[in-house]
Amino acid sequence: MAENKKVLMKGNEALAEAAIRSGCRFFFGYPITPQTELAAYMAKRMPKIGGTYLQAESEVAAINMVYGASAAGARAMTSSSSPGISLKSEGVSYIAGADLPAVIINVMRGGPGLGSIQPSQSDYWQATKALGHGDYQMIVYAPSTVQEMADCMYRAFDVADQYRTPVMILADGMLGQMMEPVILPEPKEVKDAADKPWAATGTGLAREHNIVTSLYLDPAELERYNIARYERYEVIKANEQRFEAYQTEDAEIVLVAFGASSRIARSAVMKARAAGIKAGMIRPITLWPFPVDGLRETLKTAKAYLSVEMNMGQMIEDVRLALRDEAPVEFYGRTGGIIPTPVEVFGKIKEMAAALDGATAKEAE
Amino acid sequence: MASTGKVVFQRPHALTDAQFSYCPGCTHGIINRLVAEALDKLGIEGKTVGVVPVGCSVLAYNFFNCDCVEAAHGRAPAVATAIKRVNPDNVVFAYQGDGDLASIGMAETVHAATRGEKITVIFVNNAIYGMTGGQMAPTSLPNQVTQTSPYGRDVATAGYPVRVCELLRDLDGVAYAERVTVDCPKNVRAAKKAIEKAFTYQIEGVGYSIVEVVSTCPTNWGMSPQNALKWLGENMLPYYPLGVYKDVRAEGFKDIAEAAAARAKDCPIAMQGRD
Amino acid sequence: MGRDFNMVFAGFGGQGVLFAGKVVVESALFEDRELSWMPSYGPEMRGGTANCSVCISDEPIGSPLVLEPNVLFAMNQPSYDKFIGSVVPGAVVLADSVLCPNVKDVEGVSTFTAPFSQLAEENGLKGLANVVMVGKLWKETHFCEEETLFKAIEACVPPKKAHLLEPNKKALRLGMSL
Repeated sequence: MAENKKVLMKGNEALAEAAIRSGCRFFFGYPITPQTELAAYMAKRMPKIGGTYLQAESEVAAINMVYGASAAGARAMTSSSSPGISLKSEGVSYIAGADLPAVIINVMRGGPGLGSIQPSQSDYWQATKALGHGDYQMIVYAPSTVQEMADCMYRAFDVADQYRTPVMILADGMLGQMMEPVILPEPKEVKDAADKPWAATGTGLAREHNIVTSLYLDPAELERYNIARYERYEVIKANEQRFEAYQTEDAEIVLVAFGASSRIARSAVMKARAAGIKAGMIRPITLWPFPVDGLRETLKTAKAYLSVEMNMGQMIEDVRLALRDEAPVEFYGRTGGIIPTPVEVFGKIKEMAAALDGATAKEAE
Repeated sequence: MASTGKVVFQRPHALTDAQFSYCPGCTHGIINRLVAEALDKLGIEGKTVGVVPVGCSVLAYNFFNCDCVEAAHGRAPAVATAIKRVNPDNVVFAYQGDGDLASIGMAETVHAATRGEKITVIFVNNAIYGMTGGQMAPTSLPNQVTQTSPYGRDVATAGYPVRVCELLRDLDGVAYAERVTVDCPKNVRAAKKAIEKAFTYQIEGVGYSIVEVVSTCPTNWGMSPQNALKWLGENMLPYYPLGVYKDVRAEGFKDIAEAAAARAKDCPIAMQGRD
Repeated sequence: MGRDFNMVFAGFGGQGVLFAGKVVVESALFEDRELSWMPSYGPEMRGGTANCSVCISDEPIGSPLVLEPNVLFAMNQPSYDKFIGSVVPGAVVLADSVLCPNVKDVEGVSTFTAPFSQLAEENGLKGLANVVMVGKLWKETHFCEEETLFKAIEACVPPKKAHLLEPNKKALRLGMSL
């Protein structure tokens, strides 16, 4: 098998194939644009490899099926797009509360409400702060190419199993729909529940019964579980921050952008460099944990920051928290399903560069 | 004396020795025991996974000795579906109350049933939300007074109760649906047989099985246990008649697939892949 | 033209504009270039207009959405009208003169029109006007080596439709001869 061959795939399909190759055999979904190719791919492939594709009656049912399958020890996942993810928030909270591993994919579209079906990044807050009730977080990957979608997906189940946490892959309509060359990873062995001693697979009358639950009526007990989970989060923060630094070594203006908008930001940085402006970019690959350390590294040279997002300004809050007001942070974004252009972003960079020059001139006076 | 004594009753192995958290006179205890006895009798405790609901039986995972998974409110059929799909050799049951099954979880109930999931649902219908303190349920009777129908359930505004077995029997995925009650020893024995049969149908792959147990809630009905049973006989049973609502084997079919095919015999596309 | 292409393929749903774009990116894949293919999606696919953006470059592709095309591949009038205003100087514009009769001269833009759909039909290639136009596009832009183009069409015609491979190649050659 010429496995290292580049093939052309849509982002949605690459996610599906990489999930299968990472040992996932249980997919529970519900149709919604612009992620439907993912479900369709699973519907086609799963029956051929002894896996299960089940079209649930709703997103609510689908995520609760993921909960059940994960409780039974399987690598299980679901995918949807923004409005559907809102419906899944119930199940994600239960998955987190029961310390179950699972993967949830959000191919974002414009919101709120029914919004649009065009690409958007307006679920950043939902993914990183509040997908469901209660004290919990989940690891959120934000790939920016079809290749990275496959790579993040391939890693997601390992990380979910390692930390017993839900993991989200936050993509968008642009990444999901576009085709790019991708080298698919080698298939992993499908693991059974043997290394999940907590799973509900039947006692075989050979052990105490397992209980998978998120219910702890005794507040002290619930607090203990929550604190233990947050201790695990500290380990995740220490080990799992991922980011790319692009031309930041001497950058005075540092753009921060993820996923689709980072592609536009990268083009804008190139334009800026061509115009003699020292611009660079930090591209978070994990949105939670947010790559605080990588971002702060740029404070050595940066005079100003620009958060570029396809929303009204969400990640910018994490950027500010990470930088602790040690440098000004500006925002450029488009929303509603509009993809910003490199020219627009470059325009904002020029504005910022001019302001910085002005400030420098004033200091010199 | 002990050496000549004969054990006529004991706690089933499939029940833990944890004390039930149910109110005095509540029928959940009997129904928990009947489920456990069925697991014992069929020798399936070790491969059974129970899915417990949100409601008065929310802590049933402490009472059953088999592996258990706590589901979100109403989602037990979806959770049970996935557990069964992951490990088809497991015996999987969902234990649900009326609010859980017939209100918030109606979509999950109907779709697990129509998919013919090989799971068994034990449905405890006591016509009220017990755990939250006695609110109107989808199965509360017309004119029944509850905390949220303080003047009695007015069907003109609150609509009519849902008869679950009658609703589900038309779905091709349902192999077995029976309504029983546990108001007297005779009916308890009949309920036990029904629960065993439901599990047997699952084990033999016949299809989805559900046993609805018409029950009481003395606490929230505001009655003594005896009066609650009397009220059940007088009001619940006429509205929710006991009996078998669906049994594909009794109809002469091997399983739901055969029964569904017979019903769809004049539909060419539905008959594709069959003789 | 240079080696960087930002193309828009547009037409009615069913004319095969997404397929035409796919053939072009497939050829870029064979030549190990950076590329992206991005379709329009949603309700507009259902019987309305369809389009896709194609980028080919030696640099990583930023936005895959082409807003300033240097190639416009228009299979009907609404598509031509929608995109002609956004083409950059030096662009190559292809239009089917049967389905897109109102083509104007734009300064600094090379426009090529032919009755592609009619020619396809006359040559027993009904439904392959899109591929005929890809042949013509190749002739005018040389977006890849000739040999690569034929490899790309082989890769794009699915095995289930293998009987259509020869007609597709014939359509390419027809376009290249125009």
